[in-house]
Amino acid sequence: MNVVALSPFDLALAALLIVALAGLSWRLRIGSERQLLVSAARSSVQLVLIGLVLKLLFANAYPLWVGLLAAVMLAVAGREVMVRQKRRFVGPWGFAVGTLSMFVSSFAVTVLALLLVIGNDPWYAPQYAIPLLGMILGNTMNGISLGLDRLTQDAAERRQVIESRLALGHDSRRAIAASRREAIRVGMIPIVNAMSAAGIVSLPGMMTGQILAGTPPVEAVKYQILVMFLIAAGTGFGTIVAVSFAARRLFDERERLRLDRLRPPRG
Amino acid sequence: MASLRLQQFATRHVGPLGLSVAAGECVCVEGASGSGKTLLLRAIADLDAHRGEAYCDEAACLATAAPVWRRSVALVVAESQWWSAIVGDHFEQGVDADWLARLDLPAAAMSWQVARCSTGERQRLALLRTLMQAPAVLLLDEPTGNLDDENTRRVESLLADYRLQRQAALLWVSHDKGQIERVAQRHFVLDDGQLHEYGQR
Repeated sequence: MNVVALSPFDLALAALLIVALAGLSWRLRIGSERQLLVSAARSSVQLVLIGLVLKLLFANAYPLWVGLLAAVMLAVAGREVMVRQKRRFVGPWGFAVGTLSMFVSSFAVTVLALLLVIGNDPWYAPQYAIPLLGMILGNTMNGISLGLDRLTQDAAERRQVIESRLALGHDSRRAIAASRREAIRVGMIPIVNAMSAAGIVSLPGMMTGQILAGTPPVEAVKYQILVMFLIAAGTGFGTIVAVSFAARRLFDERERLRLDRLRPPRG
Repeated sequence: MASLRLQQFATRHVGPLGLSVAAGECVCVEGASGSGKTLLLRAIADLDAHRGEAYCDEAACLATAAPVWRRSVALVVAESQWWSAIVGDHFEQGVDADWLARLDLPAAAMSWQVARCSTGERQRLALLRTLMQAPAVLLLDEPTGNLDDENTRRVESLLADYRLQRQAALLWVSHDKGQIERVAQRHFVLDDGQLHEYGQR
């Protein structure tokens, strides 16, 4: 394997592109230059840190450390889902709905893949466990935040319709069913699109990375297919769990629509 | 046949108050806008939380499954809501052809597109939609608010027959003094969260 090692200068060249883009955004008064620079800086710092953490972790593959890192990743993803909600649940549920659903789907799918598909020894070997979990978690996070956002927005907008159905004696499941279905569908759009376009429109990032790092293309493709399926399963199940969970939380034990459990949108 | 009874009943801005509507009786409630008439009806239908208790005959609201309660104590809101494009989709048990005709609606109304109905047509259809479920108690929030005089009379007459034939209890929010005269046996004003019977001090 011949990997062309990147020098800091190479990375600085690529960073110039971001600076140029930010400059153009400022010139055209698009107003996203700050966001762009902050997020670019943030991602560099985060990636460098995780690189160091992984280096350490690979050298000391204790299950406790792997589990701890997985828990931190889950908590950060859960927070991300929460802050992306326009109307999130008030109190601890705002964090719990997305986090629990991601835990159920992402961890189950990752562990299943590690045990049954990859079958490495030990199964929690961080070289496999952490990148897999990261990719599944990252995509599941997107699906869940899209789905939840859609559900709560729909419920707020269609409040009168939902309450009219309740007044006609429909149970809460039936009254929210249309919004629930739509929210799950919206949550799954990105991964379905990614799967249909993979290979033709886009070369997925993971595969590109592997090929650049010297892996034979066909091996890289096999891993990409595996990861794609795992991501789709994690996103799909996670979105269904999260949206269904939230759809229940929108009603109380007397099947009243409880929009007061959502924080009103800002601005 | 059923009566509606409220005991120490309170919800946001309203009550605690007591009220009995006998089987076959129509009681009207009026009050300034913002006095909580709609909130009171919503709470009786158990769409909002309440303290105290509401009874349909002897069945307590909180002892009845919510969907069952709402089918027997049915709220008809002022602004009708629809979730499917075709009118007929909202009528699971079909519709009484005679009732349709009495509200001056053709049998073809069931295949109408909701979006193309006038507000008045929708209001009459929404009332029929609820009546088809044979509720024992009707909570009516300005059921003729969007109707002309002729259709208002049609709705009043249909509701009067329903009340007498089924011995249903009607709690009717109205702004129209003439209508209250025509339909109500008793008549209350909701003011400062309390019901005051009209004509009695």
